[in-house]
Amino acid sequence: MATLAAGAASPADLSPTDPARPDLAEARARAYAMPLADIDMTDPELFRTDTHWPYFERLRAEAPVHYCANGRFGPFWSITRYADIMAVDTNHAVFSSEAILGGITARNQDPEFILPMFIAMDPPKHDIQRKAVSPIVSPQNLVALEVLIRERAQAIFDNLPVGETFDWVDRVSIELTTQMLATLFDFPWADRRLLTRWSDAATADDTLPGNPTKPERQAILIECLTYFTRLWNERVNAPAGNDLVSMLAHNPATRDMAPMEYLGNLILLIVGGNDTTRNSITGGLLFLNDNPHEYDRLRADPALIETMVPEIIRYQTPLAHMRRTALADVELGGQTIRKGDRVVMWYVSGNRDERAIDRPDAFVIDRARPRQHLSFGFGIHRCVGNRLAEIQLKIVWEEILKRWPRIDVVGPPRRVASAFVKGYETLPVRIPA
Amino acid sequence: MATITYIAAGGDTHSIDVADGYSVMEGAVDKRIAGIDGDCGGNCACATCHVYVDPAWIAATGVRSEGEEAMLDLAEDVQPNSRLACQIMVSAALDGLVVRLPVSQH
Repeated sequence: MATLAAGAASPADLSPTDPARPDLAEARARAYAMPLADIDMTDPELFRTDTHWPYFERLRAEAPVHYCANGRFGPFWSITRYADIMAVDTNHAVFSSEAILGGITARNQDPEFILPMFIAMDPPKHDIQRKAVSPIVSPQNLVALEVLIRERAQAIFDNLPVGETFDWVDRVSIELTTQMLATLFDFPWADRRLLTRWSDAATADDTLPGNPTKPERQAILIECLTYFTRLWNERVNAPAGNDLVSMLAHNPATRDMAPMEYLGNLILLIVGGNDTTRNSITGGLLFLNDNPHEYDRLRADPALIETMVPEIIRYQTPLAHMRRTALADVELGGQTIRKGDRVVMWYVSGNRDERAIDRPDAFVIDRARPRQHLSFGFGIHRCVGNRLAEIQLKIVWEEILKRWPRIDVVGPPRRVASAFVKGYETLPVRIPA
Repeated sequence: MATITYIAAGGDTHSIDVADGYSVMEGAVDKRIAGIDGDCGGNCACATCHVYVDPAWIAATGVRSEGEEAMLDLAEDVQPNSRLACQIMVSAALDGLVVRLPVSQH
C-alpha cells in the first residue's frame, strides 16, 4: 500500500510511479522488458498485488489494440484506451455480449452451466429484460430507497467501535451493500449474508486455491436458485410489490422465464449491486487516506461529496473489464479483429488514459466532468444501477463526515485475486477516540 | 449562435446562447444547468441528456439516429418528442429552441 511521504502535498505523489511503491518499479521493469506479445492481463495475480498499472501503460502506448495469443483463458484482444473502449462499448451490433459466445467476462462462461442474464444478451431480448428490471431504480423509487439507505447507514455507523482497529470491509462495506441488496429483493433479513455468499461464489476464479471448485460453485448457485424460487412462488400469486422478485414475477416479459434465466438475472443483480458498490465504499476511504490533502478539502467543504463520488468510482473501477465477442471482422486501431474473436475492454486502463482524462492517476475530488469515466460502461449495457451506487456512496460520506473528522487506515488492504472484480477482502481501520 | 431555452421539470427556466457546432447538451452542461447530465461527454452512449423538444421545434431539430433510438429506448418516460440533447447540433436555424427536461436523468 502506498503511504504518503512526509511533506508531500500533491495528490499526484501517490500515483503508480510513487517511489514509496518499490514493487511497482519492479513490475514496470518487467512490463517493459518482456515481449509485448506475452503480456496477459487476465492474470489475477497482477490485480491481487496491484501491479497491473505499468502493463496497461505500455499497452496503451505501444499496442492499444493488443492480441494475446496465449491468455490463461485462451486468445483474446485487449482494448486499453478510453476512446477505443467507448467505440467497442457503443457498437453492440458488431460486439456481442451473448452468453453462448462466451459472455461478458474474459473467461468464457462455463458452457455446461450457462447463466442467461440480460447483461449477456444482445437486443432484442436484452432490451426487453432490462426494461423489466429498470423500474426498480425509477426516480420515485430512488427517493424512497435513499431514505432506507440512510437509516441503514446510520445504524451501522452508530455501532462502529471507536479507538480500536476493525475491518472496514466486513463491518461497513459488505454490511451496507448487503443490506441494500436485501432491501431491493425484500430478502429475509436474517439470511441476508447468503447474498454475499452467492455473489462471491458467482465471481470467484475456481482455478485459484481457496475458492470454491467448479462443482462447489455450481452447488452454491443452485442453492441460490432454490431459495429465490421459494420467494418467487410466494410472490407470484400475491399482489405486485416494489421488490425485484415481485417485478420479475409479475412483468409479462419475464414471468415465464426458465429457472436458469431467473437465476442468471438474479446473479446479475446480486453481483451488479454487491461487490461493485462494496469495493467503492472501501476504495474511497483508502484513497482519502492516501491523499490526505483531498481528505482535508473534503472535511472543509462536504459539498465536494457530489463530485468526489464519481471520482471514487473512476479511481476504483470496481469491474476491471468487460468482454465482447466480434460478430464480424472489424478494423480497430489499425488491427483486424476477426469474427469470433474475444475482445476485452479494460475499463481500469481506460480510466487512467491521459488522452481522455486530465492527470488520470491523481485522485481529485472536484473534477469538472467527474462522470466521464468507464466504470459503469457505456452504450445499451451501461449499468442500470449507476445512480443507486452513487446514492449509497454519497450517503456513506455524508454520515461519516457528520460523525468523525477522520477515519484512519492502519494497515495495507488485502486485495481480491481477480482480473474482473477489482476489490478488497480486508482493510484495517481505526476511528480515533 | 442560437438562444436555447431549457425548462426543468420543476419549472426553472434558463435561456442561454450556445455557439454553432456545439450540441444542446454541451450548452447546458457548460453553463451547469441542472437537469441534463451528459455523462458520456456527447457520445450517444448514456442517455443522461434526455430532453423533450417543444412541438414547435420538432421539424427543425430533425429525427433520431439509430444509435440514439437504441439508447432512448432504455431511458425513463420516453415520449415521441424525446431526443438525446447531445445529438442536436446548434445552428442559427435553432435560434429560440425550447426543450423541457425530465424529472431526472439516469
